[in-house]
Amino acid sequence: MAERERRLTPPFGGVFVARTRVMTSDDTERAVWRMAHEILERNHGIDDVLLVGLQTGGVPLARNLADALERIEEGASVVVGTLDVAFYRDDIGLRPVLPEATTDIPYDLTGRTVVLVDDVLFTGRTIRAALDALTDFGRPRAVQLAVMVDRGHRELPIRPDYVGKNLPTRRDEVVNVGPDGVDLGEMVK
Amino acid sequence: MKHLLSVADLDADDFEELFRLSDSFAEVSARRIPKVPALRGRTVVSLFFEDSTRTRLSFETAAKRLGADTMTFSVASSSMRKGESVRDTIETIDAMGVDAMVVRHGSAGVPQRITDWTDVSVVNAGDGWHEHPTQALLDAYTLRGRFGSLAGRRVAIVGDIAHSRVARSNVVAFSTLGAEVILVAPATLLPPSLDGWPVKVTEDLDGVIDSVDVLYLLRMQRERMTEHLVPSLREYSRRFGLDHARADRLRDGAVVLHPGPMNRGVEIAGDVVDRAELAVVDQVRNGVAVRMAVLWSMLGAGTDLVAEPDEQQGAQQ
Repeated sequence: MAERERRLTPPFGGVFVARTRVMTSDDTERAVWRMAHEILERNHGIDDVLLVGLQTGGVPLARNLADALERIEEGASVVVGTLDVAFYRDDIGLRPVLPEATTDIPYDLTGRTVVLVDDVLFTGRTIRAALDALTDFGRPRAVQLAVMVDRGHRELPIRPDYVGKNLPTRRDEVVNVGPDGVDLGEMVK
Repeated sequence: MKHLLSVADLDADDFEELFRLSDSFAEVSARRIPKVPALRGRTVVSLFFEDSTRTRLSFETAAKRLGADTMTFSVASSSMRKGESVRDTIETIDAMGVDAMVVRHGSAGVPQRITDWTDVSVVNAGDGWHEHPTQALLDAYTLRGRFGSLAGRRVAIVGDIAHSRVARSNVVAFSTLGAEVILVAPATLLPPSLDGWPVKVTEDLDGVIDSVDVLYLLRMQRERMTEHLVPSLREYSRRFGLDHARADRLRDGAVVLHPGPMNRGVEIAGDVVDRAELAVVDQVRNGVAVRMAVLWSMLGAGTDLVAEPDEQQGAQQ
């Protein structure tokens, strides 16, 4: 059923082949460190700020950002939530959609500043869905967006607040953010 | 998944897929605002040719939590009473433009037949003595929540097997998931043939009660007595009912399930209902999540659609 069919359906059916390494793991580590400082600078500290990683790519990045924030602000404890936006997408029915993983937002967001974290910002549709989803968990004072890679091709008026790297791409290329760094490549069937 | 007519159409992977989805929907149900717009603009109609409160409410709650619109058709207030046929009813509702029909009927096979008359998705919400797939899914999901997996677990299904669609669906579901199924019933309440059923059969509840992980009690319908299939409800209760003495002999961690509505004093003693082994509340709660998973699999997951290549790329990141 869904899961198995999805594996057989493009673009998931193909295999990602890396063409160029655009960031090494050292580069991403430095970018995380810089973004953590920017988050602190923008919000004058970390009080009432919580990170929400988008399943699945944004979650490890959110954890890394939280680690960095806790190292910079000694004694601070940064809450990391996770959010799966499958049920809020606007392309339901246009492609196989499956919730990838769990949503876990343990706090009422009302009055807090939420930093949404994702690995790659592309059309902006995932972020639009995430903004919808957040409203079901309360009314945040502000929502900010942190991404490792902004690859362009936006289809909605959405822009990130914290960017690891701006990476011009072709539409048909695929950006893969992994523990070893960031690769630019394509799906091969 | 286009329709859900029988659990026999599902393999172990399909179950696991639906359970994973149910986990997501259980999380949605636990939210302060337990609603997602996943099926916004879709319409789900419940067609109940036979009375049911809990199944219908459960499906309607599920549809509403997915953002779908719901309509209800019940025979008591419909033109079926003026002599309209099932087929004409289906074609009328189909013409109104709905996306899924949830069908309960007193005769086996009606949901299957309805799929010939409409292009929309059909869910079997119970047909005669045949099947009740979503009940089996929610029971198996409840047990998965307790045990992690059903593989190797011993399940005793107790009561009126012959007239029970719940028993039929659950025998298939539990054995597909690797559980060992034992039917406990008087011979008069067993189907005429059990050929091909992957089950053991006994009339002795006391002989198996201390060795099972799951005790599944079926509802004992009072009309079975007028059909002389059991001598009296009191005797049935003494031989097959769950009282404290029997409940005390259950293994540690054993679970008692019941599809509802319960006849206190018949298949279960009145005050046993409050014991910790009973998972009836979990069953009802899980029923909503499982039915959300079923409706989503049919209407939302988009597995039967192939998108434009451009859109696929756009959607991926």
